[in-house]
Amino acid sequence: MKVNLKVWRQRNGNAQGKLVDYQLDNVSPDMSFLEMIDVLNGELTMKGEEMIAFDHDCREGICGMCSMYINGRAHGPQTGATTCQLHMRSFSDGDTIVVEPWRARAFPVIKDLMVDRSAFDRVVQAGGYVSVNTGSARDANETLIPRPIADEAMDAAQCIGCGACVAACKNASAMLFVAAKVSHLAVLPQGQAEASLRAEKMVAQMDAEGFGACSFTGACSVECPKSISLDHIARLNREYLGSKVTSQAI
Amino acid sequence: MNLESKIPEGPLAEKWSRHKFGLKLVNPANKRKYDVIVVGTGLAGASAAASLAELGYNVKAFCFQDSPRRAHSIAAQGGINAAKNYQNDGDSIFRLFYDTVKGGDYRAREGNVYRLAEVSVNIIDQCVAQGVPFAREYGGLLANRSFGGAQVSRTFYARGQTGQQLLLGAYSALSRQIANGKVKMYPRTEMLDVVVQDGKARGIVTRNLVTGKIESHAAHAVLLCTGGYGNVFYLSTNAMGSNVTAAWRAHKKGAFFGNPCFTQIHPTCIPVKGDYQSKLTLMSESLRNDGRVWVPKTKEDAEKIRKGQLKATDLKEEDRDYFLERRYPAFGNLVPRDVASRNAKNMCDEGRGVASTGLAVYLDFADAIKRDGQKTIEAKYGNLFEMYEKIVDDNPYETPMMIYPAVHYTMGGLWVDYNLMTSIPGLYALGEANFSDHGANRLGASALMQGLADGYFVIPYTLGDYLATIGPADKVSVDNPAFKEAEANVKHTIDRFLNTKGTKPVDTYHKELGHIMWEYCGMSRTAEGLAKAKKMIQALKADFWQNVRVVGENEEMNQALENAGRVADFIELGELMVDDALAREESCGGHFREEYQTPDGEALRNDAEFAYVAAWEYKGENKPEVLHKEELVFENVKLTQRSYK
Repeated sequence: MKVNLKVWRQRNGNAQGKLVDYQLDNVSPDMSFLEMIDVLNGELTMKGEEMIAFDHDCREGICGMCSMYINGRAHGPQTGATTCQLHMRSFSDGDTIVVEPWRARAFPVIKDLMVDRSAFDRVVQAGGYVSVNTGSARDANETLIPRPIADEAMDAAQCIGCGACVAACKNASAMLFVAAKVSHLAVLPQGQAEASLRAEKMVAQMDAEGFGACSFTGACSVECPKSISLDHIARLNREYLGSKVTSQAI
Repeated sequence: MNLESKIPEGPLAEKWSRHKFGLKLVNPANKRKYDVIVVGTGLAGASAAASLAELGYNVKAFCFQDSPRRAHSIAAQGGINAAKNYQNDGDSIFRLFYDTVKGGDYRAREGNVYRLAEVSVNIIDQCVAQGVPFAREYGGLLANRSFGGAQVSRTFYARGQTGQQLLLGAYSALSRQIANGKVKMYPRTEMLDVVVQDGKARGIVTRNLVTGKIESHAAHAVLLCTGGYGNVFYLSTNAMGSNVTAAWRAHKKGAFFGNPCFTQIHPTCIPVKGDYQSKLTLMSESLRNDGRVWVPKTKEDAEKIRKGQLKATDLKEEDRDYFLERRYPAFGNLVPRDVASRNAKNMCDEGRGVASTGLAVYLDFADAIKRDGQKTIEAKYGNLFEMYEKIVDDNPYETPMMIYPAVHYTMGGLWVDYNLMTSIPGLYALGEANFSDHGANRLGASALMQGLADGYFVIPYTLGDYLATIGPADKVSVDNPAFKEAEANVKHTIDRFLNTKGTKPVDTYHKELGHIMWEYCGMSRTAEGLAKAKKMIQALKADFWQNVRVVGENEEMNQALENAGRVADFIELGELMVDDALAREESCGGHFREEYQTPDGEALRNDAEFAYVAAWEYKGENKPEVLHKEELVFENVKLTQRSYK
């Protein structure tokens, strides 16, 4: 099949970017979207042009590195999937495909389709953990966690930190990302001791990074490759309100 | 050079305790006077960096990804082993030890493996305390499954995302130490050289992948936790960025490389489709607990299937050959990875493979669905089935999955002693980057165990011994000529890539190397094929340095440039793997030499001559490497031919 691409090219964070047209003639429907970009990059190299920079690593939907905004949707038209899991069979012969980076103030562009998501790391550093040093754990089976609780924690914990939620949100809010981490640890007994402080600190850091406010449209959850539920945002709000009652004024 | 494994004396079960007691300690007030560099932030790196920072050392951690949470440990699906014996089914530390040594086809050190089994129980405790959401029973106790050829249920899991959850646990511990100021994290930074001065590792030279800046970092010790080198085959289940550069450049500075030819081919991966393919996706082998592996009994039926004239579901029970169940009645579909892979290859070589390429076998869940219901199967493997459907566009609940072996893990790696120190004092290798615990074949759910064992429970003890011995003053500044020389070499290589201005993209060479390795140094090897491969790799190397095309500059994000360095190192490693495979004139585990097999086609070891670790020493550009042998001593296990019949 043939595809017409309009790809965002931007030399670096300070440069002006623009959409550039490319055409590819020999695309197999079984190719993944990123393999299609690989083919294009091979052609560009042969012409002496710079390759399109983009983040990718595991190419099996788990590392959270790939991050393309395709035809106005985070990770493209498929739901419950990352860009690397998208295949060209989702498109038709002759389609025009617009490819952009994540757009959010807290995710500045590094080059082309690559953005800086270190804000997420700093939000986790603010409190997304249980404070336990190596070696000080008790026997794993001494902490009883009934299966429904473990399942609920796992539902939240499977967030891959790709940032699609932020890219999909009209406010560029990181609420779903923060909620997933707060919720994962809040439902587990191990996370209880620090639950309030964690919610308060992580929300404060989220705000400091310049993410927008949550207006609960639900776009984040729809575009989330792991389909993380909005329920977790409700839990984050509850934890956060509770934390403000006993606030440690973060 | 004498290879000293430093395995402690004494009875097996007491070796580690005695050794720990004998190790020197660093006074708590002195720990802050030591700087430690950790390269790589997967399970081994993140757990080591966090644990060492908790002890009070100053840690600098580096990863090439945009965040430490992305390391490829995250992709491990099936689970992590631990000798907890929660299921009361006869497991013990000794049994896990025995299974691992046997599974590795008796090419691992007893002492190391026993320690691994011993600390496995602490790993689960630690991870649960961090909030890792392992699967649970309704009563709240931890659930286990049997996995990858084990006859006890000792595998802990978090749906099909165990690696992800364990890595996020280690990442959270690391994040806590970053917030505490004890770890300085350098994401999007690649290590390009180790600096050795006065016989000790003194630091590293890195490239900032965003700005291109070349920088030196000094420390008292350097830990390489940089994973395996499966991408030497181009197509593998590894992440695109997984590479051997850190380990290889350390090797060129004097660190011996152990058993490079020991690579693991995983039996259950999604088959190759076209030459544009960039990676292979693993389907967790936990699927073999319920899936049945088969091919058509006759070549004629297989041929029809390949041409699309017949579907898998059209074939009657009596026309199918469940070859693993037939050949290995005791273990059936659960034989170890190397055995399962080789058998699948044999079926395809016989012309009974399926898929349009003829390079696939079926993994069929029809019986399991009939027995347990679709709901149960969905609960166990739902995400794997979805993943398969996304890639192949076929519903595995209705038609059998198609699978084929793919490169998955490398048992070989930098040679280390019992303290995880390489042959360069002060330079350590942890996790998949070292060669130490899996012998010639790794059992399922043991990679996560080893990465975390090394990082959480081994290095915090053994590193202290070295640091206490050298003292805080024994550190070199980045102004030392050794650093300047390493920086100049790194810059020179980068300039060479950029100035070659040849005609072929880097990927072309990587694919070509992959073809050579898979064909001649893959699932089965011959002296003749290996000799041929060596010549082909040498020719490829010459061509690469003359004709590679890297567009762009150093002073910017340049993925072609990053890749050029990695592929250059893979090419050199490929040649060493071929040398190693040629020198090992026996078959064991993942290393199958066609000349050495039993009458019924199983691997034939030669314990009298080859029960050793091959440790290769680099001697300079285009000079043959020198083989050192570390004899393996077995006092607690009996060497037998592995039999899974």
